[in-house]
Amino acid sequence: MKNKALIAGLSAVAIVASLAACSGDDGGGSNDAKPTNCTNKIVNADAPVVSVWAWYPNMATVVDNFNNSHDDVQVCWTVAGQGADEYAKLQTAVSAGKGAPDVVMLETDQLVGFEIQKALVDISDLGADDVKDNFAEGSWGDVSQGDAVYAVPIDGGPMAMIYRKDIFEQYNITPPTTWEEYEAAAQTVKDAGGPWFGNLGSNVPAALTALFQQNGAVPFDYDLADPQKISINLDTPEVKQVMDYWAGLTEKGLIGTEDQFTTDYIAGVVGGKYATYVSAAWAPGYLTGAGVGQGDDAGLFAVAPLPQWDVDNPVSVNWGGSALAVTTQANDKELAAEVAVGLYADEPSLTDGWKTQTIFPLNKDVLTSDEFVNNQVEFFGGQTANKDIYIPAADAYEGTNYSPFSVYYYAQLQAQLVKIAAGDVGGSQAATDLQDIIVKYATEQGFTVE
Amino acid sequence: MADTATRLVIPKRKQTARERRHSRTGWLFIAPFGVVFVVFLVTPLAYAFYLSLFSKGLATGTAFAGINNYVRAFTDASFLKGVWFVVRFSLVLIPVQMLVSLAAALVLDNLTNRFARFARLMIFLPYAVPAVIGALMWGFLYSPSFGPLEQIFGAFGADAPFLLSPDNIFYGLMNVVTWQWAGYYMIIIYAALRGIDPTIYEAAKIDGANSWQVALRIKIPMVRSALVLILVFALIGTLQFFTEPQVLGPVANGTITPDFTPNIYAFNLAFKYAQFNYASAISFSLGAIVFVGVYIFLFATRKRGSVL
Repeated sequence: MKNKALIAGLSAVAIVASLAACSGDDGGGSNDAKPTNCTNKIVNADAPVVSVWAWYPNMATVVDNFNNSHDDVQVCWTVAGQGADEYAKLQTAVSAGKGAPDVVMLETDQLVGFEIQKALVDISDLGADDVKDNFAEGSWGDVSQGDAVYAVPIDGGPMAMIYRKDIFEQYNITPPTTWEEYEAAAQTVKDAGGPWFGNLGSNVPAALTALFQQNGAVPFDYDLADPQKISINLDTPEVKQVMDYWAGLTEKGLIGTEDQFTTDYIAGVVGGKYATYVSAAWAPGYLTGAGVGQGDDAGLFAVAPLPQWDVDNPVSVNWGGSALAVTTQANDKELAAEVAVGLYADEPSLTDGWKTQTIFPLNKDVLTSDEFVNNQVEFFGGQTANKDIYIPAADAYEGTNYSPFSVYYYAQLQAQLVKIAAGDVGGSQAATDLQDIIVKYATEQGFTVE
Repeated sequence: MADTATRLVIPKRKQTARERRHSRTGWLFIAPFGVVFVVFLVTPLAYAFYLSLFSKGLATGTAFAGINNYVRAFTDASFLKGVWFVVRFSLVLIPVQMLVSLAAALVLDNLTNRFARFARLMIFLPYAVPAVIGALMWGFLYSPSFGPLEQIFGAFGADAPFLLSPDNIFYGLMNVVTWQWAGYYMIIIYAALRGIDPTIYEAAKIDGANSWQVALRIKIPMVRSALVLILVFALIGTLQFFTEPQVLGPVANGTITPDFTPNIYAFNLAFKYAQFNYASAISFSLGAIVFVGVYIFLFATRKRGSVL
């Protein structure tokens, strides 16, 4: 009898002990212990460590550059996913109140959403203001709210039209300068039995939103100073015109509707399935990383300015581009801010980034450096793409006003794009539906919609 | 009187003490299970239920909402659309799955050569492949650039259907799930078939029954309880459909929306939109629907099914 009780008791204890073992804290920045699950090597073991989440393709080099040149602080870097995957993890950590890194890479359209949850630290007094002059006003505006600065910009995504020289030559067309010409060229290629002229993937709603703005739309007007008020303008003529335009291209079979960056899509890009790719300056690097433009295909691509609605009043827009923010869960916010300001700000890292074309740097020193301006881009067959296309586009970019629920907005726009691709709904109708859905959501979330 | 009373009371006291010790030991024995049960099931459920009674907007603080989240859930087009999808999916999938697994089990039960053992293993194998890997694999098979469909249809000069498009996703997913689970259900039915006393078949044959009649009149009625069991498994699994659509999402050109099934909707609400309260309410609402569905089903089959 006693034995039985003893056995039962012991096994109960054993179970509880093993449960306790499960719940061990595995890193994150909120505990006092140094994070140990770094992707990189810590050079100076005695220095305090700041944890960083980022997914830049050349991040390993960037982190090593930082750690090798700093005795006072070391970076412990992890890839917590690229884009949406990382945001989901960060969102969960923010909701849980623990588990977030000290410094996190965020695209600028995600900042407000985390700012409103008080998840990010205003680092204007922690060194960010000192580097303000390194950046253009539009870029700085994207990371700040009034005087408060919530992140340090690293790269931007001025948009342009990447195209296949071989296809353009074959069908005897020149790069279109307006969207009207773009459609006409697409029709020409199609009539001659050529490939699709472009692609509208449902998974790049941010790119389409940038194209709304190019037509003068202001989808959201939001100011953190008055956090409960928001203005939502998704059913305006400007948005509808862009939606109708792309829905029309889809309907006429001029462009594909595959999601971008999937294996199928990359295979299509390699195989010359799309004549153009309306995208940002960081795209060539990601395409190269996926195996595009190599071997026999080297130098097949070129880039031209983004087609315009009105050639006399060209508008430049931005897709993507990231910044480093300090989370409120960081133990030592000053130290974290030092990393946010200093990481990926040194010359060797930036040079490595722009040479591989995985970033379009926003640091003015780089933007004006001779080497950068006159660089003959290998992916574009030696074209001086920076000087001719991307720098003018970046200079003309005026900044964007993002909503605090970008993730939700993008998901809904994506759903509308799927409907458009399936022919279930027209462009204008999709814009109207989208407006209703987003207004309803904003109201549910406690915003006053104006 | 006093003596009798004492005599009556004392043994009773002794018994209570022993009983208490007994029950204490009993509790200790179920403690290992009890701890896991409480920590991993009861507590999270209670906490989720607690969360579901509150609401929190991005622009507002947390406030007590009572049953408002549930009212919202059952009037939420996204949730209802997802529920309707999984219900439709169950109605088509479960009969197909059961038919396939039952047919496979009956055939294998009749064969006794080495091929039968090999076939049994092969049919069961998809279940041994993790659901995520299986879904990824099908994602490639369905791929317009890499999949075999394109070549097969191309040989006849036709365009291959994209099985993950909005019109075809229903069948595309049904194929994946049937492939994954039919083998497992087959094993359950097969085990039940093996448990039948062979003398019954002999008796049937003496009475003049052929193989078809043995299968339809004897084997199937005798494995009815196993069929009820797999039906319940399949019903619960399908109503909580999550893994396959979630994994196929990135290659489905947006067909798998964030509210595709109720479980995916709850997942996205919680982990992408930070609406843990509403996500909890959605989860509980789904739980209620599953419970009601399974209960109705068990009630309808209670007389014949001996399992559960």
